[in-house]
Amino acid sequence: MRPPVILKTTSISVTYSSPCDRRLSTLARHFVSVCDPMASEDNISASPTAASDSVFNHLLRAPEDPILGVTVAYNKDPSPVKLNLGVGAYRTEEGKPLVLNVVRKVEQQLINDLSRNKEYLPIVGLADFNKLSAKLIFGADSPAIQENRVTTVQCLSGTGSLRVGGEFLAKHYHQRTIYLPTPTWGNHPKVFNLAGLSVETYRYYAPATRGLDFQGFLEDLGSAPSGSIVLLHACAHNPTGVDPTLEQWEQIRQLIRSKALLPFFDSAYQGFASGSLDADAQPVRLFVADGGELLVAQSYAKNLGLYGERVGALSIVCKSADVASRVESQLKLVIRPMYSNPPIHGASIVAGILKDGDLFNEWTIELKAMADRIISMRQQLFDALRSRETPGDWSHIIKQIGMFTFTGLNAEQVSFMTNEYHIYMTSDGRISMAGLSSKTVPHLADAIHAAVTRAL
Amino acid sequence: MAIRNSLNGQFLRRSSFAGARFMSSSWFRSIEPAPKDPILGVTEAFLADQSPNKVNVGVGAYRDDNGKPVVLECVREAERRIAGGQFMEYLPIGGSIKMVEESLKLAYGDNSEFIKDKRIAAVQALSGTGACRLFAAFQQRFHPNSQIYIPVPTWANHHNIWRDAGVPMKTFRYYHPESKGLDFAGLMDDMKNAPDGSFFLLHACAHNPTGVDPSEEQWREISFQIKAKGHFPFFDMAYQGFASGDPERDAKAIRIFLEDGHLIGLAQSYAKNMGLYGQRVGCLSVLCEDEKQAVAVKSQLQLIARPMYSNPPLHGALIVSTVLGDPELKKLWLNEVKVMADRIIGMRNSLRENLEKRNSPLTWHHITDQIGMFCYSGLTPEQVDRMTNEFHIYMTRNGRISMAGINTGNVGYVADAIHEVTRSGYVADDMDQVTKSY
Repeated sequence: MRPPVILKTTSISVTYSSPCDRRLSTLARHFVSVCDPMASEDNISASPTAASDSVFNHLLRAPEDPILGVTVAYNKDPSPVKLNLGVGAYRTEEGKPLVLNVVRKVEQQLINDLSRNKEYLPIVGLADFNKLSAKLIFGADSPAIQENRVTTVQCLSGTGSLRVGGEFLAKHYHQRTIYLPTPTWGNHPKVFNLAGLSVETYRYYAPATRGLDFQGFLEDLGSAPSGSIVLLHACAHNPTGVDPTLEQWEQIRQLIRSKALLPFFDSAYQGFASGSLDADAQPVRLFVADGGELLVAQSYAKNLGLYGERVGALSIVCKSADVASRVESQLKLVIRPMYSNPPIHGASIVAGILKDGDLFNEWTIELKAMADRIISMRQQLFDALRSRETPGDWSHIIKQIGMFTFTGLNAEQVSFMTNEYHIYMTSDGRISMAGLSSKTVPHLADAIHAAVTRAL
Repeated sequence: MAIRNSLNGQFLRRSSFAGARFMSSSWFRSIEPAPKDPILGVTEAFLADQSPNKVNVGVGAYRDDNGKPVVLECVREAERRIAGGQFMEYLPIGGSIKMVEESLKLAYGDNSEFIKDKRIAAVQALSGTGACRLFAAFQQRFHPNSQIYIPVPTWANHHNIWRDAGVPMKTFRYYHPESKGLDFAGLMDDMKNAPDGSFFLLHACAHNPTGVDPSEEQWREISFQIKAKGHFPFFDMAYQGFASGDPERDAKAIRIFLEDGHLIGLAQSYAKNMGLYGQRVGCLSVLCEDEKQAVAVKSQLQLIARPMYSNPPLHGALIVSTVLGDPELKKLWLNEVKVMADRIIGMRNSLRENLEKRNSPLTWHHITDQIGMFCYSGLTPEQVDRMTNEFHIYMTRNGRISMAGINTGNVGYVADAIHEVTRSGYVADDMDQVTKSY
């Protein structure tokens, strides 16, 4: 590594008669510095304007993101039978990404409306979008909305909503610990750590049953310090697809309220899990109904297919309208130094759909179609493994809900499936059902069968 | 109450008692209302004003001569081409590769050796704010004991960005109130006295809020001084093309630093020069020693972006790469950005003439000496308040006027108002007045 160029300036005057002199002196200085006795022989730079040493020289290359890195690896693979079951982005039966009809319609409306401009949105985002998003998750007749106790701010999809909420809590809430389920979306711990919170966990998934460890769930929340923040997946738990029943949710709610824990819902799949927007929102509405406070991060990435446009919302339900208003003012102070104000395009599309009765209805039909296709893939995969007599109980595939199935495969088996069958998935055994089609189910079933039986 | 019960019948009967007992008051009851953002709050107040004479010279968003926001033709055309044809999949964490490539060409030069040698670590960012924030967080992570030197004054949000990223701030002299120009001696002095290897925030062109830029010669001296001290130069370039009308000319400072061998950091924004304000499109780049280091730096920037927003928004990036990637559209853009810059320069001339015509006791050449969107008028906070309360002219209390808000229809009125509040001949001539107002 070339040693730092040390410029000795004491003997050289700083004022010059012309730019030309300036340039020559700069060059001269490079040669002067080379006489530093501490420098190695190879220090006369061929180019007079050699690069100085970087102040970031000590950086190491960071590993690929474990989830998004799957797609990176998939893209590099030349195999014609490769299958991407990594990131949770919906694919059609033909294996193509999907842009919903309602989205295309509103896109056209926006393009044709020449009165539209690209001015900055307010820091809290598009007002219509915020109101409509709150109604979507809490219900149009939610008392919390009617009483003005909800503040909703547009954020960058689910991630952005979680991050803004986390930073807000780290600044203003008296407890700085958030409890995350085990397992959870890989990005959750990083989001909350960088937001300034410390992360603890509560038991969630029971590997033995491939279902919910309800006992462990209640025990761990029961022993959490009063006031701790609890992250809850509103529906279609990522990565396991295992959700509590409504009865279990009620027990969870009672425990959380009795310990004065603060619920923070991550709602990334409303409508996508069961096919019904209202059904998927029940756990959140259960909590709102008891009059207590909570946070919700909403994403439109999956249910409206707006992945890359980064559309989401953070809502905070407060005890009173006055508190909600003060909370909103403080949320702005978190957002302004992060990105000033949110992007208009995605939110405009969402608002256009939510406020139009016909488009909204059309959306619910398209949403149900996506959810139904996934449910059908679950059934097909289950049937395919059964017909191959693959050892093990695979009923969890049809019991779990939402985009993902937690197969129960271990990292070694996953690796085998990638290398031998060109199947790309995260190493925790999570597969995105949305990436499957009737044509590719047999290939996946073969791979799982091979992975499971080779160990025997 | 009735609605609530009917919605959740049985659950509520069991739960309402538990709810009532344990949540008698809000967890957030002690939260103070936050002060309004000094810049964006101006527009809010303007919108609420009913006066037919009101003028908004607050926020820095371009307006045409009719006072209307503008969507560039090249942008409209790009959007027409994009609509209906694109999937909306996630971009990579580092954003649109095409958009980043075009951004680097614009800033570093079409034929830049650094681009050829793949020495620039670059990611798409959420406009200028997002680019600065990514860099600030990156600086904090890899130089946790460092500080950022910011000019006095600077865009108010710079303070917030580095503060929230956990990087302490120091200042260096920049604006010279007496001359309403650059305090070059103070600037050089502060750079000399800062510890070796300090991080400096520089406005590449069209300094916000003052409009005061170093001359080319001064930039060369600044470059030399920074090299001598081993400082890290971080450029915030929010107005490339918008300042002089020529993007190459506006990038001069950066090109000087590159020639002199600095390894710079750079935040670029398309908010103003492409009118993409609300789309939030920008780029953060860090020039490295070699390709290997650029790969490492980019990967680390991605580690910061992922837990903030996962990946950046698609639409704005598509617009930028469509415009810059198509020779015809790019030509159209260059024309349109020159039109915007020329209108502003024209308004500077006009405002100055109008004030001089009124036999103001003060000098107003700084209006045309300064460059870019903003003019640091020299008005005191009290004079600004009079401008607002008596004349319904909205601006930030540091006396900053957004020239984009001035047009042929209101330049006379604004000149009258400025003349009226400065009749006494008193203007802000010390830094306390300039800085305490934000």
